Amino acid sequence: MEPASLSATDLACRRGERLLFRGLSFALQPGDSLQVAGPNGTGKSSLLRILAGLLRPWAGTVERTGEVALLDERLALDGDLPLGRALDVWRRIDGTGYDAEASAALGLDTLLDVPVRFLSTGQRKRAAILVSNARGAGLWLLDEPLNGLDAQAGSAFQRQVADYVSRGGIAVIASHQPFDVPGMRRLELADYAP
Amino acid sequence: MSVVAALLRRDLGLMFGGAGRGATLLPVLFFIAVAMLYPFAVGPAPELLARTGGGVVWIAALLASILPLDRLLARDVERGVFDQLYLRGVADELAIAVRLIAHWLSFGPPLMLAAIPAAMLLGLDAAALRTVELGLLAGTPGLAAIGLIIAALTVGLRGGAALSGLLLIPLAVPLLIFGAGALSTGGNAGIALAAAISLVLVAITPFAGGAAIRAAREN
Repeated sequence: MEPASLSATDLACRRGERLLFRGLSFALQPGDSLQVAGPNGTGKSSLLRILAGLLRPWAGTVERTGEVALLDERLALDGDLPLGRALDVWRRIDGTGYDAEASAALGLDTLLDVPVRFLSTGQRKRAAILVSNARGAGLWLLDEPLNGLDAQAGSAFQRQVADYVSRGGIAVIASHQPFDVPGMRRLELADYAP
Repeated sequence: MSVVAALLRRDLGLMFGGAGRGATLLPVLFFIAVAMLYPFAVGPAPELLARTGGGVVWIAALLASILPLDRLLARDVERGVFDQLYLRGVADELAIAVRLIAHWLSFGPPLMLAAIPAAMLLGLDAAALRTVELGLLAGTPGLAAIGLIIAALTVGLRGGAALSGLLLIPLAVPLLIFGAGALSTGGNAGIALAAAISLVLVAITPFAGGAAIRAAREN
């Protein structure tokens, strides 16, 4: 994994007519993790999309080095294909990370011949986890990663993220649920509301 | 380059394989159906059909090109495919350029094949068929490019499918004038002009489409 870094300076985000947050600054180094917490509608997802470079901040700057990965509520797989063939598309693009071990760790190995549209919410989430960062980007942005996962899969994923951070990854987790990673900082987005 | 190959393989697989096959076949069947209906509507007089048949083939091709538009980009944008590609350093322009190639392959050559039975149904002679085929070869890349730009621009809109049909028709008029016009004027000048228009459209599509996809992210 190539080390990444992320720093945000004086970020502000406006959606439509509404200013969601302003004056947000932080810096993260390899091995850091940050939980972005806050009630619905405070701009957690928008912040993650800004950090990923998918959304322009209304004010402020984001400086990023290294690769970035984003897990959100969407699953970038073709619904008509069996899961295995749908994952092959990303395996060919990413090059690595889709071996049997990786899909078994997420409990996907028995689902490879099931068409993607028949997967349950939790199974879709696990496939989305694999697609989002199988390639091992140094910065992993996670938007509500526990949504849809059962208790067992949820704690397994928290261990996976903790392991990722201990290997020098940076994780930013937007969630209103508790997420357990040793040494994680916490950012209350409501504190930055105008 | 491997990313381009992987993307092209995926896009072609979506359009030709599995459940996507219907989406590719539908415009072709529609195209033949129009050619089949026309003699019923205007009567079977051979000289009338031979004189107007080439134009009907062109109108059928233009209308058939509207059919796949709503499925062209909307689902991939919904699923965040372009976002995931962008995070992997694949520019939106590149993704759109690959999609343009796949879209044309799924619709240009099948229409050119279907033009042969359509020409038989309309009683076109060999020379007219040759002009129609050359015209379609020159014009369909432009139709595919216009369609892709419109699909990208309407990607976030509800009811975008009906709108994209209305938007495509006026933009396709120049292609129709020169491509179908070659049938009445003879010679290859019209076809060459249609090819030139296609070339311009194909060249701007990755940039226009990429910008539209980026703008859709801000919504």
